[in-house]
Amino acid sequence: MKADATLDCIGLYCPMPIAYTAKKLKELEAGQVLEVLADDEGIKEDMPAWCRMTGNELLGIEEEAGEYKVYVRKSK
Amino acid sequence: MAEKVTLAVFSGELDKALAAFNIAIGAASSGMEVSMFFTFWGLNIIKKNQGPIRSRGIMRKMLNFMNRGGPKRLPLSRFHMFGLGKWMMVRLMRDAKFPSLDEMIGLAREMGVKFMACTTSMGLMGISREAFIPEVDSYCGVATYLSEAREAKVNLFI
Repeated sequence: MKADATLDCIGLYCPMPIAYTAKKLKELEAGQVLEVLADDEGIKEDMPAWCRMTGNELLGIEEEAGEYKVYVRKSK
Repeated sequence: MAEKVTLAVFSGELDKALAAFNIAIGAASSGMEVSMFFTFWGLNIIKKNQGPIRSRGIMRKMLNFMNRGGPKRLPLSRFHMFGLGKWMMVRLMRDAKFPSLDEMIGLAREMGVKFMACTTSMGLMGISREAFIPEVDSYCGVATYLSEAREAKVNLFI
């Protein structure tokens, strides 16, 4: 999936991936896509939950060898 | 209006403080408005652990000598083992790239988390405002805390 920016959260545990995602998304424009790289498996549940709370759009989660690529589109 | 989260932080142990700040940062990251009310031993988390002990009376002086607090001085609630367990936990956290409590306090502030300090505990234990980090927003009592908590969707006692 194509992203406008990438955020590397490999090696970080909760709550840092969502904390940094929230921070990073502020720098993006509405409609742009952020790719978050993470290896804490909690992200599979956490990012969808975070998107539900904040109204941003979860485009998908790709898993490969214990690492996750999570795509979030900034809604507003 | 943003949803509110209030945390009553009573405990002064490192592990419990980490849990409190973890939730606070998570909530702030999710667009919620967060207030942390520090009371009793929880006040140790927001002490700066510098300067003279200003309390009056021998018992309060003794208490504050033994209970200086500060984010670097908090024990673990289990397996503290005179500091050995804590030393190991701090190492594990560092190896796991987990932020220190100091860093979490800084991040929480950056995200707009509000700090309230309980004046009743301060009076009882003889702790003055100078003992605390400058980030404390208000020195208040239970009514102020409740006025925030009653509007909050999430309210925890830690």
